[in-house]
Amino acid sequence: MIETASLLMVMPELVLTAGGLVLLMVAAYAGDRTTPAVSWASVGVLIAAALSLNGLPTTGGSAFDGLYQADAFAGFAKVLIYLAAAVSIIVAPRFFAQGGALRAEYPILILFACIGMGMMVSSSDLLTLYVGLEMNSLAAYVLASFMRQDERSSEAGLKYFVLGALASGILLYGISLLYGFSGTTSFGGIAAALGDGVSNGELFGMVFVLSGLAFKISAVPFHMWTPDVYEGAPTPVTAFFASAPKVAALGLTIRVAIEAMGPAGMAWQQIVIFVALTSILLGAVAAIGQTNIKRLLAYSSINNIGFALVGLAAGTPAGVAATMSYLAIYIVMTLGSFLCVLQMRDKDGNPVETIASLSGLSQSRKGLAACFAIFMFSLAGIPPLFGFWAKFLVFDAAVAAGLTGLAVFGIAASVIGAFYYLKIIKTIYFDEPAAEYAPGGSKVEGVIMTACAAVVVLGYLLNPFLDSVSAAAAASLF
Amino acid sequence: MIGLQHYLVISAILFVMGVLGIFINRKNVIIILMAIELILLAVNINLVAFSAFLGDLVGQVFAMFVLTVAAGEAAIGLAILVIYFRGRGTIAVDDVNRMKG
Repeated sequence: MIETASLLMVMPELVLTAGGLVLLMVAAYAGDRTTPAVSWASVGVLIAAALSLNGLPTTGGSAFDGLYQADAFAGFAKVLIYLAAAVSIIVAPRFFAQGGALRAEYPILILFACIGMGMMVSSSDLLTLYVGLEMNSLAAYVLASFMRQDERSSEAGLKYFVLGALASGILLYGISLLYGFSGTTSFGGIAAALGDGVSNGELFGMVFVLSGLAFKISAVPFHMWTPDVYEGAPTPVTAFFASAPKVAALGLTIRVAIEAMGPAGMAWQQIVIFVALTSILLGAVAAIGQTNIKRLLAYSSINNIGFALVGLAAGTPAGVAATMSYLAIYIVMTLGSFLCVLQMRDKDGNPVETIASLSGLSQSRKGLAACFAIFMFSLAGIPPLFGFWAKFLVFDAAVAAGLTGLAVFGIAASVIGAFYYLKIIKTIYFDEPAAEYAPGGSKVEGVIMTACAAVVVLGYLLNPFLDSVSAAAAASLF
Repeated sequence: MIGLQHYLVISAILFVMGVLGIFINRKNVIIILMAIELILLAVNINLVAFSAFLGDLVGQVFAMFVLTVAAGEAAIGLAILVIYFRGRGTIAVDDVNRMKG
């Protein structure tokens, strides 16, 4: 028996499902010439889903016999996911029109991925976790290989598929062990079973589940797919991969770690600390030699996920709140950076991706150069910008939880990371000008880019609001 | 008497074979798809065995979900493989190297 209350709680997913299916029919019958209309309609569906988060979907508690959790944490994560998805839909038509792959399926696949991501952050049972994760992943595999004629895009799709399927397999094996040794698939039930002592089988299950999730958030040592997929996938898709699925997968990781594995905190805390440390270090060091801007941003995202995990490693409400704030600030910075990358096209309008082509950008495109510089400074964590505040929050939480060593190491590694961000700024401002880019065409992209830059510069004005929502989100988990 | 351990050992062996099949295999991508199926089936053996020994139906329901998703996953994997083959004319694992890494 499905009660009305449960249906009201999954309202955002219902809106996305209905909207996605209707638009799919429109696209199927009217053809690819409707792509711009379908794109804007998809953005409308995402806004409708975000608006329907008001009320029961964020305060309702558990729905469908404990399979689905509608709380402030899920609501916060979903707003971030929808925002990132909407931006990646808006910037796509111009990019794909140039590559001859302007197809109406793109926004619809993103909508379907959003349903999966919504399920992920709302899951309170291993079954919902798995189904949500796969709904997101299956749409993502197709998105990565969206430019079918492009060899790099299809190779990115293939690599993402093989390694993603392996990750799902590892996650599932862990799920089967956790289920077998604790006798239930609900997060609450697993927590109760772990509270009575952790058996070897449960420990193995936890390690496998966390490995599978580390794959999805592209944390070291399961990061190897990230640079290739980010480089090969079309740039709007890369922008999407770097933002929304990260929020969803990290939100899911937090939920699993706190709600299901909370009583075994000592066991997973060590794993999270190790993963955070190695992600920060590898993300900082491996990015140095890169010549492709998308590969560089891939390592940057690995690095940032490491910092976000520092908050989770603390395992306290303040730590989780810091991680959520970090994610909110991170997606603004990363979407802004990718919007800048989307502006990088040569005289014929073909996308260029080498860092060398940015040389002397400050002389031909002052506004773009300034935006690039702001995002790079912010990602490096240079104080007056918002990216610094994100790092400050997670390290503050880590120190408060007694993880001073982790914080010191993280700060040292962020100095190494600053090197490659600063190198880009040096290329833009102080190198001999390279061939000029084509003039920026789209006003919408310019507006979004300026808005992101404004948030990064003036973000501190949002602090009271951001603090209160992330604190409420964290409080709903403990 | 065949107990729970026997099922778990079989499933662990299949799982390891699947993972090794992905990493050791240098021949072609179809074999990787088969290895992925092997992993998922190993998980299903685990789930059904636990379900039977715990007397709890959830594991079997879970196995049905895994089968369904595996079918969708295989369909998408083969579709991506087809467009990859169209572009490159080969599905040898060693040739998947347009990007370093």
